[in-house]
Amino acid sequence: MKDVVISTDKLTKQFGEFVAVDAISFEVYQGEIFGFLGANGAGKTTAMRMLCGLSKPSSGTAMVAGFDVSRHPEQVKKHIGYMSQKFSLYEDLSIQENIRFFGGIYGLKDKEIRQKSKDLIEQLGLGQELGKMVGSLPLGWKQKLAFSVAVIHEPKIVFLDEPTGGVDPITRRQFWDLIYAASDRGITVFVSTHYMDEAEYCNRISMMVDGTIKALDAPAQLKRTYGARSMDEVFFELARNASRKAD
Amino acid sequence: MLFGLPIAQIVLFGFALTNEIRNSRIMVCDYARDELSQRIINKIAVSRNFKLDRSLNDHQEIEAAFKEGKVRLAIIFPVHFKEDIQHNHHAQIQILADASDPNTATTLTNYVSSIMEDYQRENLISNPLPMQIMPEVRMLYNPELKGATNFVPGVMAMILMLICVLMTSVSIVREKELGTMEVLLVSPFNPFMVIISKAVPYFLLSLVNLSIILVLSVFLLEMPFNGSLLLFFAESSLLIITCLSLGLLISNTTNSQQAAMLISLMGMLIPTIILTGFLFPLENMPWALRLLSNLIPAKWYYIIVKSIMIKGLGFKAIWRESLVLFGMTCFLLLVSLKRFKIRLS
Amino acid sequence: MKDVVLNKLRKTYNKGGLLAVDDVSLEVEQGSIFGLIGPDGAGKSSIFRMLTTLLLPDGGSASVHGFDMVRDYKKIRNSVGYMPGRFSLYQDLSVEENLKFFATVFGTTITANYDLIREIYVQIEPFKKRRAGQLSGGMKQKLALCCALIHRPSVLFLDEPTTGVDAVSRKEFWEMLKRLKTQGITIMVSTPYMDEAGLCERIALMQAGKVMSINTPDQIIQQYPSPLYAIKASRMSKLLQELRTMREIAHCYAFGEYLHLVFTNDNQVTQQHLLVLLRQKGHEDLELLPVTPTIEDCFIELMTAGTEPSGLTLKPLP
Repeated sequence: MKDVVISTDKLTKQFGEFVAVDAISFEVYQGEIFGFLGANGAGKTTAMRMLCGLSKPSSGTAMVAGFDVSRHPEQVKKHIGYMSQKFSLYEDLSIQENIRFFGGIYGLKDKEIRQKSKDLIEQLGLGQELGKMVGSLPLGWKQKLAFSVAVIHEPKIVFLDEPTGGVDPITRRQFWDLIYAASDRGITVFVSTHYMDEAEYCNRISMMVDGTIKALDAPAQLKRTYGARSMDEVFFELARNASRKAD
Repeated sequence: MLFGLPIAQIVLFGFALTNEIRNSRIMVCDYARDELSQRIINKIAVSRNFKLDRSLNDHQEIEAAFKEGKVRLAIIFPVHFKEDIQHNHHAQIQILADASDPNTATTLTNYVSSIMEDYQRENLISNPLPMQIMPEVRMLYNPELKGATNFVPGVMAMILMLICVLMTSVSIVREKELGTMEVLLVSPFNPFMVIISKAVPYFLLSLVNLSIILVLSVFLLEMPFNGSLLLFFAESSLLIITCLSLGLLISNTTNSQQAAMLISLMGMLIPTIILTGFLFPLENMPWALRLLSNLIPAKWYYIIVKSIMIKGLGFKAIWRESLVLFGMTCFLLLVSLKRFKIRLS
Repeated sequence: MKDVVLNKLRKTYNKGGLLAVDDVSLEVEQGSIFGLIGPDGAGKSSIFRMLTTLLLPDGGSASVHGFDMVRDYKKIRNSVGYMPGRFSLYQDLSVEENLKFFATVFGTTITANYDLIREIYVQIEPFKKRRAGQLSGGMKQKLALCCALIHRPSVLFLDEPTTGVDAVSRKEFWEMLKRLKTQGITIMVSTPYMDEAGLCERIALMQAGKVMSINTPDQIIQQYPSPLYAIKASRMSKLLQELRTMREIAHCYAFGEYLHLVFTNDNQVTQQHLLVLLRQKGHEDLELLPVTPTIEDCFIELMTAGTEPSGLTLKPLP
């Protein structure tokens, strides 16, 4: 029986009249790669922000890494890692400086930071590039680096908000190598993505439509349930009748 | 920038904020021409607050001199000054002050009064007979010493700068920031129409705002309006066009609305407030700053508006300032139009 | 007739520090749909900005509808439709107002070319009074397309029109493009989504400012150098690691449900040999079958051409 690292109970977020996230309830287990799918406007980002302690739920509860996101968001933040497409690292600091900075933020001691830097550099093959400005790196490298930095403190869970958008196919796969490696180390990965083939890489996925979770299962099961040959088809089945996309 | 700006501000404010007025030009009309009047005039002349600009023979020249605007104070000694003192133990002198800037006028007349008292006290030591010199003060143009006359024209200049420079630059930059400029450029739409479409509404808006301020200041603040309305709006239009051109120039230098706002505020508004002369008299400032103030369009506008509104003067009196303002307008308009980018880069 | 011609087009930024477009040459046939396929940083947006005369090139030349990109920029601006990479209409104007505005800017009216946009417009018409800023991603794209078409352009440039839009709307968008083709408009589209490449008549695969291949999608797939196979097992992550260490495998990478692999030496024996080996190592539920490459496979192959076989593991970029 695996540990539950994320559990939500009727988690809801309302902006005035508009219900962005409508009473979702689900669980995520330790060491899983959990895919969080859904169209734009379905409520994915809003839900994720609540789980990260960045936004207060309107009603319902969520426990992340053992802490209640409404009551102890700061504790939640201490035990998770976060990376999004919009912000990863400081462009005008060097790779080394970024690692040191975020290591410090996550409460690592100097010795730990040094060790982690070494591991990271070896893993990504950055050897000569330490002093280079992050801003000068190609997008794919930034994303890989950002991910490594997000898990530098070996958090229980790492949240990834569409991390592979716009990146070339090879870098995307390298990114997923990193995700697998993290998962092997016992880190739970909660990732949202637009790419349906990436849904296949996850242990289980959930699909949000119109603020609710319309499906939650392993990819293979979902395909069986909906009689689909690919995740694309599953998605179309579920999203086709969404009312919010026309809104 | 984090260090330079505070230092510059301290220096600026430190110099500009002295309330003490030094080397203010005054005129003297000495009908008495006796040793007593000479001695008093001397005392005034050597004071560090004053600089004797000229001696007049006829008090009617005073009006003209005031209209020129360079001299703020005139002192008239009556014909029988010394006799009055010797026989009646008191005499009067007349102090005329240009009160379109009431603060300065009050300060200057106070200086004169205190010099008088000083003289009387010194005299008491050598001469036991009391002597009383009573200054009769007349504040010209603004007998009630209304503060409004000073700051309303300044506020007008400030508002025009705010609306035209800030709003125009931000509005054009917003198109660039949001991306609508891209789509507009890739169309038959003449890029200069972008300028016109931004300039015209703000021009009209400024005129409306100006009218409202005018009405409010005349009827609510009892500000005088002695000059020609047409001239007032003509000169104001000049300043508006200048400010619009400045806004356009700023919009060419940046792609971010925040930067445009910052440049407009820090680079335009604050120097305008300090160097126009309506909050802090320009005579107080070191010559470097006074020189700099000549570059501020609002400074010239301020003189023009005060002359029109308060002194009721016509174009003949302000043609020099108008020419300067006109020159600035043409120059800035040309430069900003030339630099307008028809491509992204 | 070639509607869009690029001749060794070059663009640098940061005073030559960044080479964004590296001597790109290509041609687009009139009335066809041409796709620029590549990730961020490939140079797609820079090319579009130059073709729409928003940027000047640093080398080479190009012409659109017979007009030179630099000299005749005004003529180009009068005759093309452009949809930039992000939503660039007036957010505080309504759908109707935006449309009317751009119609006026192009000296036409909505009714004049209504037939061209009708199919698209009817989908957003129920929301015509709503502010553009409050539309969903898919609706915004439809509106932007209408505004780009309102003047019946001869060439349409669409810079990543489907990025950030949900998969259903993406599909609808491409269907709209196909219908536009019947009107004789030349369409040049850029996209990072490899699966959309198949919807174009001809495509150019771009990476880091260079064109790796220009052809029809089918031709590109046919040019894939070796037979491609898909394999799966009960534990995919382990399988992938395993296969990467094997000499028999030239390339191997994840591809959704399966892994795709290429043998160093392809024949029946090797295939069977592999399955045996893997079963010995404890892999279960093995499935190995030949597959037709997709554009993404071709893209990966072109990217790694000339590098070592296991070039898909992490290594420093030049």
